[in-house]
This record gives sequence, C-alpha cells and structure tokens, in this order.
Amino acid sequence: MSRFEPWSEERTVEIVTGHSALEGPLMPILHAVQHAFGFVPEEAIPVIARELNLSRAEVHGVVSFYHDFRHELPGKHVLKLCRAEACQSMGCERLVERAEDRLGVACGDTTADGQVTLEAVYCLGLCASGPSAMLDGRVVGRLDSNRLDQLLKETRT
Amino acid sequence: MMLRIFVPRDAAAVAVGADEVAAALAAAAKSAGAQVQIVRNGSRGMLWLEPLVEIEREGTRFGFGPVTTDDVPSLVEAGIFEGRPVADIRHPLSIGVVDEHPYMTRQTRLTFARCGITDPISLDDYRAHDGYKGLERALAMKPIEIVDEVSKSGLRGRGGAGFPTGIKWKTVHDTPMGQQKYIVCNADEGDSGTFADRMIMEGDPFLLVEGMTIAGIAVGATRGYIYLRSEYPHAGKALNAAIAAARKAGFLGPKIAGSDHAFELEVRMGAGAYVCGEETSLLDSLEGKRGLVRAKPPLPAHKGLFGQPTVINNVLSLCAVPYILAQGAKAYADYGMGRSRGTMPIQLAGNLKFGGLFETAFGITLGDLVDGIGGGTLSGRPVKAVQIGGPLGAYFPRALFDTPFDYEAFAARDGLIGHAGIVVFDDTANMAKQARFAFDFCAIESCGKCTPCRIGSIRGREMMDKVMAGEDTAGSLAIIEDLCNTMKFGSLCALGGFTPYPVMSALTHFPEDFGRPAGKLAEAAE
Repeated sequence: MSRFEPWSEERTVEIVTGHSALEGPLMPILHAVQHAFGFVPEEAIPVIARELNLSRAEVHGVVSFYHDFRHELPGKHVLKLCRAEACQSMGCERLVERAEDRLGVACGDTTADGQVTLEAVYCLGLCASGPSAMLDGRVVGRLDSNRLDQLLKETRT
Repeated sequence: MMLRIFVPRDAAAVAVGADEVAAALAAAAKSAGAQVQIVRNGSRGMLWLEPLVEIEREGTRFGFGPVTTDDVPSLVEAGIFEGRPVADIRHPLSIGVVDEHPYMTRQTRLTFARCGITDPISLDDYRAHDGYKGLERALAMKPIEIVDEVSKSGLRGRGGAGFPTGIKWKTVHDTPMGQQKYIVCNADEGDSGTFADRMIMEGDPFLLVEGMTIAGIAVGATRGYIYLRSEYPHAGKALNAAIAAARKAGFLGPKIAGSDHAFELEVRMGAGAYVCGEETSLLDSLEGKRGLVRAKPPLPAHKGLFGQPTVINNVLSLCAVPYILAQGAKAYADYGMGRSRGTMPIQLAGNLKFGGLFETAFGITLGDLVDGIGGGTLSGRPVKAVQIGGPLGAYFPRALFDTPFDYEAFAARDGLIGHAGIVVFDDTANMAKQARFAFDFCAIESCGKCTPCRIGSIRGREMMDKVMAGEDTAGSLAIIEDLCNTMKFGSLCALGGFTPYPVMSALTHFPEDFGRPAGKLAEAAE
C-alpha cells in the first residue's frame, strides 16, 4: 500500500492547470507532482513541458537541478540526518555511520525492503539543538545514539 | 480567571518535545478541571532551555525548562494551574522571571522584540504589541521619505553581503512607475549555524509581512514573494497563516489599511538548493528555472524577477524595517559601531553550552559571545575553532576572539559576519577535515555556471584528500592556495568566491592539522 497515487497523465494535467494562475509556476507544480506521486516520474516531464509550452529539456533541467525532486519512489519512511557544520561540531558523522550501518544503506539510498530512505540534509536550522534529524517531516533535535536507535525503530513500523 | 501557559511552537522546541509537553499539559489541566489556555508562542531563543514552559501571573512570565512530559506531573503538583503567587511555586526547573534572565537582559531586542512573547499567528496579539505601527507611519509618508528613513537608519543587508538596504530601495524607487515591480524576500537560510530567519518567521511572521508591505509602498511594488527553503515547513505554515490573516483584515490586498496602496504576498518553496540563497539564483528559481547565478549587471534592482525592477532583501533586513519606521531612523542608528548600525540577531550554535538567539548592537567581541554568553562548549572541552557566517565563513581561533562584531573588523581579519551564525568546535575537530568539507559542500551545491566554482571545488577536494593521506603535502597545499585564489577572484558569486574563506582560514590558523609546522605558515602569511 503506497501513500501516493499512481502516476496518471490526467492527474498531472490537472495539477498543472490548477497552478495556471501563478507567475513562474514550474516549481510549485513540481512540488505538487511529487506530493501526489511521491516523486517526479519521467513520464510527467513531457506532459508538464507540453502544458507549459516549455521544452522537455527545460523541465528535465529544473527537475534534475534541485536535490528535493526525486526520480523514484522513496521508502515508506524518510529519515534525514543533518550533516552540516553545526551538527558536525556535535558529532553527527558518528550518527550517520551508525544509521548507515544499522540500515545497511548509504545516505541517499533506500533499504531493499522499501521501508526507509536515508538522506543527508544540509541544515534544518536547529543548529543550537544538534545533532538534528527529520523523520517523515517531524523534526528531532539533541540526537544521540539512543534517540537515533528509537527513530530507526520507528522506521520499521 | 483563565490562566495562560506558554509552550513554544518553534521548530527547535518541537524538535525536543514541545508538542508532547503541550499535549501533556492540556491533558493534565483537563483532568484537574483547571481553566487553562495553552498558547503556542515563538521561542525566546534560549534554546538550551527548550521546551521552555512559561506561566503568567499579573502580566509577569515565569519560566521552567527544559521541560519533558515526565516533568508535567511535578509542575502541576507545584501549582502551575493554580492562581497562587508564583513565589510559592517551587520547582527544580524554574528559571524565575524570564525577562530577568541574564541571557535576556544582556540583549537589545529590536527585531526580536515580540518573538516568544506573543501568539505568532494572532493578528490581534501582533497589533496589541505595537505591530503595524511602522506601516501606519509609512502610510502617512511619501514613498521617497520611507526610502530615506531606511537609508538614514544605516541598515545593511543582513543576508551576509552587508549592502546598504536603502540604496537597493532607492534604485528600485527611481525606476519608472507604471511597470510591475517586485519585493522578494530571501528566506533561503541555508547557512549552517543560522536560524534567526526561521525563528522570526515562526515566532513573529507578521513582522516580515509588515516589512515587505512597507517596502512595496516605498518602491511602488504591488507584489511580493517570500522564497522559503523547503527545510522550513514550520515557517511556511506560520507565514501562510499570517498572510491569510493580514489579507482578511485588509493589511494585504488592493487597499492596504484603507489606503490607495495595493500589495499582495505569496510564499514559494525552494527545493533544497543551497545556491538559491544567492539572490540572482533565487530569482531564476522563482521564475521556474534551474537556480543558476546571473552575471551582474544588470542588477536585480533594474532587471530582477521576470526582468522587472526588484528589491531582494534578506528576512532580517525586512524585519528591521517596521522598527525603523515606527521609531525613526535615528533610534535604530543609535545602536552599533562604525558603519555597522543597529542590532544583529546573532545565532550561537554548534558545540555550545548556552546556544540560542542573541540580538545585540554591533560591537560585542567574539570572545564575549562564545565564552561569556555562550558559556563555552557543551562537551566541556576547550574551544578550538569558531566558524562565523556559515559554510562560506572563516574559522577563527581563540587568538582572534577580541574581534568585535562589525562588518569591517571581520573583513580586516579575512573573515566575514555573513548571516551572523557562530558555530563552535571543540578540540576534537580536525580542521583539515573541515577544509575538505568546505570544498565538498561547494562541489555538491555549485550551480555549475562558472568554472572556478564548478571545477575548483572538485580539484580542491581531491587535493585535500592527498593532504589528508600525507601525499605530497607541500605540493598539494600550494595547489590549494592557488585554487583558492582563482575561486576567490574568478567565481561569479559568493559560493565559489567565499569557499576559500573556510579553507584558507583553517590552513592559516591551524597548519598543524594539515601536516604543516605551525611556525612556517605564519611567516608565509605575513
């Protein structure tokens, strides 16, 4: 059971049309597409390009430029660990190693069972409460190995 | 009588359990039959005390922190739900009167005056605490007088470059009327160690709305965009709530507060590209393009968003404006030193005992901030290095702790204030590793448009790998210095242009971490 809709051209057109009143609508459209489908499917690119009167290359260029836009479905859970300087000063790299070790994947990858995607993030703005993380949109500060293990446990559900 | 209890909604409080504490307090109040209103305020900025729970007695607020759900029963037992005098409430987590806490009394809060005090998304609360006073005065002035007021205040761009805000406004003001102009707020606060934008957007979002509205009236712009980084979902919610409330009350829309001025505002989400914090890259992103840096000129003030005249300012710059308008340019300019006027919301971060937001006039020394206010490292180990101004800022050793917080003073020591984030590292930090990270980060985040940044960062990372492996240290470091020189002077924007700051400062001040004898480089640096 995915929490996302399966890709459909009609739905994509509907999303694009829903943003037609905006100036410079491509970024909001891509966010909305990813919100609906979980990622920006390859098939969506020519549809968006056609609807906005852009070339496929232009849309592809934008999708591939931004770290946030996914090219495939994420795991059921997404765990982001901050690896920027303030969290480095609090030892985040040890936690990243621990998470990679426990999950058996490197940052940026999804576990084989599709349960969790582990990602690096460069700053959540929780720089005085580090190391910090975000699990499925929920922010977590003052992370240590115990709290990380709790988060990892949550990703198994 | 209804008692008010405050539990912050700030992401830094939520990240350490504020939502759970608020829920536990609500449940406890219900079962005790107590008449309690739980207000989700912004954060006071004393982040080591979060979640900081406050109770109010006769207008004075008393704090307890850091509170966990386990502490709720003992707080209830101590009497926080009862109207009795606070002197009778004894609890180990009590910090007394919040406004009298030394961390608060040492600050000068102009921009953050309301943050943590009010309910951030209540327009009534905002107005009851002097909100929209700046707009009120602006509406009684001519646009050029508003611009002059901002110029006279000495306000400089708080995003990092320190460019005078008044000059940007004047340039857009002077472009012909009758064309679409824009106000764009750069809320892409990607620098590690900075969180002031996030805090003020979550804790006092109407302030940004008011600042942008005033900017719009001053330069003749009727549309505004807040470009917010996607890592800040809480700020997005707060801003959208504030914008909706302001629109409903007539503070946004075709007739601002009944005047003939129109202004509309929209929040746009970034998508995780650090370089979009650079203003021209941000504009391209807003237009729906790859966030590539533009060559200047033309300046955004002449050809900005969609090729139209655009004021693009940082969150804190725009948030300083309502105070300047309400209290006058002089009141603001009376704070500060040299050409750095007013106050700076400084962010104390990293390995620090008392991390948080500390707004103060320019001029305080780095040492005062790290040792005095920040209390030294959380780990209890000696401070080794302090990075000021984000990933593109220099690493300073203790020897430079007498540097006053001032744009020019930092520049004179090959550093920068940037967005005023300070990240403290203890003596376990390896500065060669930090220098490698600076190159690595630049390589990951480079927009790719200019060669020094795109290629230089990757070559730099390779050279650092050699240095760290002990291969041809002297030769590799010579190449790194050369690369840094090329990047500094040849890059199109600050990403490639400033990456040399963390690299070269680490190399200059901590040569031993690079396998260089300490004395030798000091001579070379002379």
